Parts: sequence; C-alpha cells; structure tokens
Amino acid sequence: MTSVQAPLEKADAFGPLKRFVSRRASWIPVFAALALLILIFIAGQAYFGNFLTPRVISALLLDNAYLFILAVGMTFVILTGGIDLSVGAVMAFTGMFGASLLRDGVPSGIVVPVMLLLGAAFGLAIGVLVQYFDVQPFIASLAAMFAARGLAFMVSLDSIKVETPEILWLQSTRIQGAPGSFYITPTGIIALLVVLVAALVLAYTRFGRTIYAIGGNEQSARLMGLPVVRSKLLAYVVSGVCAGLAGVVFTAYTGASYPLNGMGTELDTIAAVVIGGTLLLGGSGFVVGSMIGVFVYGTIKTAISFMGADQSWTRISVGLLLLLFVVVQRIIVARSDRR
Amino acid sequence: MSTAKEARAIVEMRGITIEFPGVKALDGVDLTLRGGEVHTLMGENGAGKSTLIKALTGVYAIDGGSIIVEGTPREFRGTADAQLAGISTVYQEVNLCTNLSVGENVMLGHEVRGPLGINWAATHREAARHLENLGVRLDTRSMLSAHSIAVQQLVAISRAMVTDSRVLVLDEPTSSLDRGEVDQLFGVIRGLRDRGVAILFVTHFLDQVYEISDRLTVLRNGTLVGEYPVEDLPRGQLISKMIGRELDELDAISQSAARAIDRTSDPVIRATGVGRRGVLHPADVEVYDGEVVGLAGLLGSGRTELVRLLYGADRADAGRVEVRGRTARITNPRHAIDRRIAFSSEDRRAEGLVGDLTVAENIVLGIQAKRGALRKVRKSEQDTIVEEYIQALGVRPANPNALVRNLSGGNQQKVLLARWLATAPQLIILDEPTRGIDVGAKADIQRKVAELSEQGLAVVFISSELEEVIRIAQRIVVMRDRRKIGELTSHDIGVDDLVAFIADEQPQPDSPESAA
Ligand SMILES: Nc1ncnc2c1ncn2[C@@H]1O[C@H](COP(=O)(O)OP(=O)(O)OP(=O)(O)O)[C@@H](O)[C@H]1O
Ligand SMILES: [Mg+2]
Repeated sequence: MTSVQAPLEKADAFGPLKRFVSRRASWIPVFAALALLILIFIAGQAYFGNFLTPRVISALLLDNAYLFILAVGMTFVILTGGIDLSVGAVMAFTGMFGASLLRDGVPSGIVVPVMLLLGAAFGLAIGVLVQYFDVQPFIASLAAMFAARGLAFMVSLDSIKVETPEILWLQSTRIQGAPGSFYITPTGIIALLVVLVAALVLAYTRFGRTIYAIGGNEQSARLMGLPVVRSKLLAYVVSGVCAGLAGVVFTAYTGASYPLNGMGTELDTIAAVVIGGTLLLGGSGFVVGSMIGVFVYGTIKTAISFMGADQSWTRISVGLLLLLFVVVQRIIVARSDRR
Repeated sequence: MSTAKEARAIVEMRGITIEFPGVKALDGVDLTLRGGEVHTLMGENGAGKSTLIKALTGVYAIDGGSIIVEGTPREFRGTADAQLAGISTVYQEVNLCTNLSVGENVMLGHEVRGPLGINWAATHREAARHLENLGVRLDTRSMLSAHSIAVQQLVAISRAMVTDSRVLVLDEPTSSLDRGEVDQLFGVIRGLRDRGVAILFVTHFLDQVYEISDRLTVLRNGTLVGEYPVEDLPRGQLISKMIGRELDELDAISQSAARAIDRTSDPVIRATGVGRRGVLHPADVEVYDGEVVGLAGLLGSGRTELVRLLYGADRADAGRVEVRGRTARITNPRHAIDRRIAFSSEDRRAEGLVGDLTVAENIVLGIQAKRGALRKVRKSEQDTIVEEYIQALGVRPANPNALVRNLSGGNQQKVLLARWLATAPQLIILDEPTRGIDVGAKADIQRKVAELSEQGLAVVFISSELEEVIRIAQRIVVMRDRRKIGELTSHDIGVDDLVAFIADEQPQPDSPESAA
C-alpha cells in the first residue's frame, strides 16, 4: 500500500494569537477578572479621588486574609468538580474551639495545630462521604456545615475573647516602609504564602495535575492509572485545613471568636473563586484567579463603604458579577467545544 | 515468522467469566499473550473484546477464572496496578483529559520531576519525543481539545509507550487513523515485538489484522471460538468464525451505486465556493435526490471541515448554499435541521449519545427534538421505529431497553446512526459512520444507506475506507490539503486509482475543475 500522509498540523497555519489561545485558553477568564479588577480600581479612583491609596490597598489584603485562604482550599475542591459548603462553618467552629482552648490556658503552639487538624478532619469526612458513600459533594459538605455550626454553638453561645499575645500579634504587627505607605500584617503574609504554595502545588506536583485531570474527566483519570481516590480525598482535606487556618486568621482579625462567624462565607468564597475564572464543572482554573476574585470582592465592598451605602449592595453587585462571569464562562466553554 | 512454540507466555487468562446485570459478557474465555508476538483479538461488536481487556487490567473484577502474569496469579485493582506489573493499555474510548495540554496527556503520572517538582520543559520534550516516534509533530503545549480525534488517538497511543512495558494492549487504536499513521504505528509495534514485548491488538480492519498479527483469538457472543496462528486462518474463514455465518454478498450495494441519478431537477443542496479562511479553500459540492456522494481524502484533508461548513457547525466566510434551488443561510446547525439536513459527526461522544438513557430513548430523541416538546411521539409509533432500526443495523443486544452506556463501542455507533436516520432527513451527512464497526455490521449499514438512498435520500458519505466509498457512492469528491481537488465517478475506478488520485501520483482523470 502507498504510504501517503497529510501534514497533521500546519505550524504556520496558527498565528501567534491562535497559538496563544490554543495553549492558554484557560487563562482567559483570569485575565477577564484582572481586567475587571483594574476597571473597578480606575472607576473608584475617578469617582472618589482617594480610592487608590496604599492604605486602602493594604487594608484589602488585611481585611480579606481569611477569604484568600478559604478561596485557595475551595479552588482545589472545585477543580475536581466538587464543592465545599462547609468552609464558613468549619472556620467558625475551629475558631471557637481554638479560642476556648486559649482561654483555658493551652499554649498557642498546640492550639493552632489542633485547629488545623480539626479542619482536616472535616475535610476528610466530606471526602470519605463523597468517595466511598457516593454522596453528592453538595450534600456531604452541607451536612458537614450543619455539624460544624452546631459544634461551634456547643463550644459557647457567646463570643469568646482572645487575649493570647501571639495570636493578636498576627494581626497587630504592621510591617511597613515609610508611614502612610503600604503595610502588611503576618495574617496577610500567611494568606499570600498559602496562595503561593497552592499555586506551586497545583502547577508542579503530580497531586496538583491529578486534581486537574479528575476535573477534566474522572473516568479518564482512573483509566490513566492516576490515584483518583487519594487525590480527591486530599483535595477536601486541603479545603478543610484551609478552613482551619482561616479560623486562626479570623480569630486574630477580630480578637475574638463568635459562633455566628462566617455565616454565608462559603458562598462569598465560591463567588470569588468563580469570578476568578475557575469553572464550576472542574478541570479549569487557577488559585491566582481565585486571589483576583477575592480582590474583586473586597474592592467592591470597600467601594460601597466609601459611598456610605448599605453593605447589602456588596451582595447585590457580587451576585450580578457572578452571573456575568458564569455566562461569560459558558460562552467560552461553548466556543472551545466548537473548536 | 513467529516461533510460536518457544515463545514464553507472559499473560495467561483462563476461564474468564464476567457478568453484568442481565448479560454474560464473557463466559469461560482463555487468552494467552506471548512475548515477541502480536496477538489480535477478533470478534463482532459486543463479542466481549473490550471487556476481556478491562478484565485483564483490573477495570472490571472477574466473576470467574484466573489471570496469571509471569507465572504468578494476579488480580489487579485498576489500571495503576496493571501498569506497575508492566501492562500498559490504550482503551477503546480515547481516555484523555481534553482540559490539559497534549504533552501533559502523554506524560500524566510519568512527568519528569526535579527537586522542585515537575520539570515542564523536560516533560514536554519527552512527550514530543514519544509523539515523534509515532510520526506526530505538534505543539505539545497546546490544549488537547484543540485537536482532532485522530490526533487524540495518537496521543493516547504515545501515552502507552511512555512506560517500558512487557505487555502493550491496544483496543482499536487505529479506528481514526489514516494509512500513513497506521504504517508508523505498525513500525513501532514491530519494533516493540522484536524487543520481546507481548502485544494485544484489536481492530475491525481485516487488512491490518493480516498485516501485523502473528496469532488470532476469536470471540463470539462472549465465548471463545478459538486461537489460531494467523497463517491457518484465511480471511473468509476468519469472518465466518467471527459472525457464525458466511458474509452476505455486497453486490447489491454496488448495484445500487451504479444506479443512474436524475440530475435534471434542482439538487437537494448546492454549495458554490463555500470556504473559510485557514480552514478550507472555497469548494463546490452538489448532492441530488437519491444520490450518495462520497468524500475521500486523507485525514486533515478538509473532509470534515467541508461538511461542518455545509451543516453550519462552523460558519463559512465565503460562498453560497442553495437548498432545492433556494438560497439558504445555514450558519447554525439549527438552520440545517430545519431544512431536514442531518449530520452524524465522527465524534460520537461529543455528539451526545446519552449514556444513561436506553437505546430506544436515544433513537427517539432525534425525532422528538425535531417535532418539538409538545407533540409527543406516540408510543406505538416509537416502538415500530426503534424496532426497525435495531433490526436494520443489527444493534446488539437487540433490546430497546438496554442502557446505551453499557453497549459496546460499535453498537453505540449504530444507535447514533439510527437516531439520525430516524429523523427522516432529506440529506444526511455521515462522517465515518462505520468507524469501529465489525465487518458484518458494516455491510448492514452500507445496505441500509443504499436502501434509503434508493428511496430518495441524499447522502454525503465520508470514510477513510476507500473500498467502502467506492462501493456505496455514485460520485466521489476528493480532497487534499484542505481543498477540493476533483470529482470522480465511482463505477469506473478501483481503490488503487483513487489512492493514486488522492496522493497525486498520476495525471488527473476527467475532473471538471482541478483546484477551487
Ligand atoms: N458496564 C457494562 N454493563 C452492562 N453490560 C456491559 C457493560 N460493558 C459491556 N457490556 C456488554 O458486554 C458485551 C461485550 O461488550 P464489549 O464492549 O466487550 O464488546 P466489544 O467486543 O469490545 O465490541 P466492539 O467491537 O463494539 O468494541 C456487550 O453486549 C455489552 O453490551
Ligand atoms: Mg470494544
């Protein structure tokens, strides 16, 4: 038989733009979120005149440190195609439990690891339900949410004040150049470190790549011989640990723990992750995007308090943005399906 | 030739039995894979080939029998286990992640790692090297979703070559490949065989069977028919062992193709200068009532691209389309469906067979979608249509209530085809409708297409199997390098003429327009 072959792909048929798109299509929503963030900054500056100041920007990181951490954990879970509704409640419970231990004089060197482990336990429980009992992630994490919230109330019905110096130090220390310039607190550093480590794990480890593969096609991932079960469990554990860490950071931020902390925070987190370009279907998204998503969320909140308007407007604008982004994502997915 | 008697058995499967609810997919099947041998597993659609492979690699737990690898009884718990034992597998349904890059799909789980985690540059270099062994050169950093099924299949095969395995299992790896790629793959397979690797191969292309195999195992209805050295089982015998009867004559189909077509009235579809920049040079196509127009050309020659433009799946940026003499704007599949044009694409999974619905529901889905949700198709009417197509195309099991998810690959393809045919279109575009379909069923499908075209249906038929195109089409449009290079009348040419024309090895026969 004759062996004739058409060139499979013609390298020159792709312009640089096409090549970029063929390689980096999944970054497009992240850029969209970044563009949106810049737009809000510019609009805010034009409107208020004193919006883009080092103080405001530094406060963004400080005020939302816990949300950055939660969003990172949530990104892992959503990338696998799951969801974790428990993070707000787990943050509240670990915060309460930690605060009560601190009040009883347990050293913070023990309390903080305990809080992280508690978070991990919740994540593991959700993962086991999802993986071994075939429970929908939505339901499994909803159950965990109720459990954690209930436990938070069992610790105490009232808020517990935290006076441990090391914990308060996390919040009160300001590392700053000249007075009036940018500053950062240890909580902010923790948040940034979490983002950095997570970004590296997702991009440069087999665990991270397996997470993407599972979100892309779980059946394929299994047939490829990837450790699907272990990685999925671990994704929920990561989310749980992040919730525990957010408990630490939030306790430091408020100087107290309150069983009603973090009500609805899981939804803010999901909104930030989605605005940051992570597909709810899984398999596509980046923690850097989630970070931008949180910045968008925080900036809107700040802008609205600048206006002196009611904070319910934050919810409304975030809701609208979410809608917009989900629609944009649908269009991108639909177009890439059509090749 | 193989020195079969001395070759060492690496894998011995004995008395393998697997039952699914309601079906005994395998019943006491034996299979022995020897080092340095290409062993081809043959059988009709649904015979149990893929199931046997999944039993070997631990995707399915076996209900009976034993698996011995290198002398030790084994029971794998999944692909990862099998891989560790030196068995790498390309499953029939291309199992990759389209959300990741080409290179990553090749290397997932085997990435090159340095002290700081995955070394992407080295990983992509490795991936490129493995792809190049198969003669594929492409940007390994591009997303897999940007590539055709054929490329994806090559990526899946490269993936299996990454680990140094003693057993390589390939379940219909060539279904989407063209001749050149198959040659390349066979070169690689022979190389591995000579190094002592045991290879298990599945295909429905008989030519390939005789080209590469040393030994055959034939399955029928989940039972073992026998194991034969390839020289003991000539083609005719192989077919009758597979389907349990002699293959019916295909002459009737050829006669249908020789039928004269009335080209005096307006064609069902006439496309003039239809093209799209960077995708397809402007081309002309007409299809008349009752005519089958074949589209021949190599992979990537623009066959699929042309029909996607006709169907509105992609938007043409040049040219004009007329449907029955009236200008039609078809920029969206919806427009095509409204004009009773149906398109069965080469990608049956993306096409949306709904795995969790039954065979009957999937077939009726198309009719129902056309009628709109309000006018329900009557149950009795449904039953007759479903029954008719299950019979005509030989869907196995012939059970309208079986879930499509549980059908073998070839049978899913038949259901998809039935769905489109059942919508009673005036023009149907079939892109590789017989891919992955066994010899007996191929004849069934060709017969059905011929029969419908005799009743007036216009058909565009794309196939990489040139014999099939020549047998079924009256006219053949030949594509090369994303342009139409000519048209041939099928009744006075043979496969070799067509191959030569496609490859441009001789001056062109009577073609009205050479290049568009
Ligand atoms: N998960 C499942 N549940 C129920 N039945 C199944 C399942 N998988 C396969 N079967 C049935 O087992 C039989 C064998 O299927 P299998 O996929 O092994 O066929 P095959 O020989 O590979 O066919 P093809 O050539 O079409 O790929 C078929 O009747 C199929 O319907
Ligand atoms: Mg099969």
